[in-house]
Amino acid sequence: MEQLMADLKKQIIEQLNLQEVTPESIGNDEPLFKEGLGLDSIDALELIVLLQQHYNIRIANPEQGPEIFYSIRSMAEFIVAQKAKA
Amino acid sequence: MNSAEAYITGSCIIRDHGIWLNGTLLWEADRSMDLQEWLRAGYDRFSGQYPKFHKMDALSKLGWLAAEVLLKHAPVQALPPEAVGMVLSNRSGSLDTDIRYYATVKEIASPALFVYTLPNIVMGEICIRHGFKGENTFFVSENFDPELMSSYPAQLLHTTPLQACLCGWVEVMGDDYEVALFLLEGQPKDMSRPLTAEALNELYLNNKISK
Repeated sequence: MEQLMADLKKQIIEQLNLQEVTPESIGNDEPLFKEGLGLDSIDALELIVLLQQHYNIRIANPEQGPEIFYSIRSMAEFIVAQKAKA
Repeated sequence: MNSAEAYITGSCIIRDHGIWLNGTLLWEADRSMDLQEWLRAGYDRFSGQYPKFHKMDALSKLGWLAAEVLLKHAPVQALPPEAVGMVLSNRSGSLDTDIRYYATVKEIASPALFVYTLPNIVMGEICIRHGFKGENTFFVSENFDPELMSSYPAQLLHTTPLQACLCGWVEVMGDDYEVALFLLEGQPKDMSRPLTAEALNELYLNNKISK
């Protein structure tokens, strides 16, 4: 899980072009949107693309988005759960 | 349009890896930089503290950077938000980004590129940064048109609530780019000059680095 979260941080920085953010500055439980990393709605779409490109995971229910993308840890837990189902 | 009805109160020209403010060269960067490197260097030098800059396409970055330089010394943000408008133009529309976006469609389309596949997005980025809510229009024409860029904004300044209007040319296609951004106001300021097509054209043509 720790390695997956570290990978996610690097992938998010690259995919979302967060040039002034380092992996070390992103907390595992920090909110990704609003008061946390400050991501916006376009970033949310990019995160969906990221899951598809890097992990071959498609989000079947868009209403799950806020829960899945709440933090690095919630994303990692979702990925692990999806892989376990496959 | 009577030239005395509006005034050019500021200008920012960006070309040849140089930035001029009101005719004075502020910065000339290493010409070996590619456009994205140069834009990042310009952002670091003249702004910073606005991470959304890095997500913009080249067209928006160019217009945004010119506004950043121009408005630092002409704080029209003190005006009511609805009193500041914008009239911009270019040759290529958003084609530079359209091509980049189309390349992504072959695999998974990029939402971050898609949002920039309209040329007027540059005006939105400037408005968000500075809080402007006035009327804005983006024209596409083969070349910078000083007649249009003087008469139309002057008309807006005198027939709408606008008190200031950014106007000019923001063009990029591949590595070729050029920005000429002018601040127009209904009232004269220090060093301002009456708004005429000739005055705009003269400012547009000036300020080139000898190669």
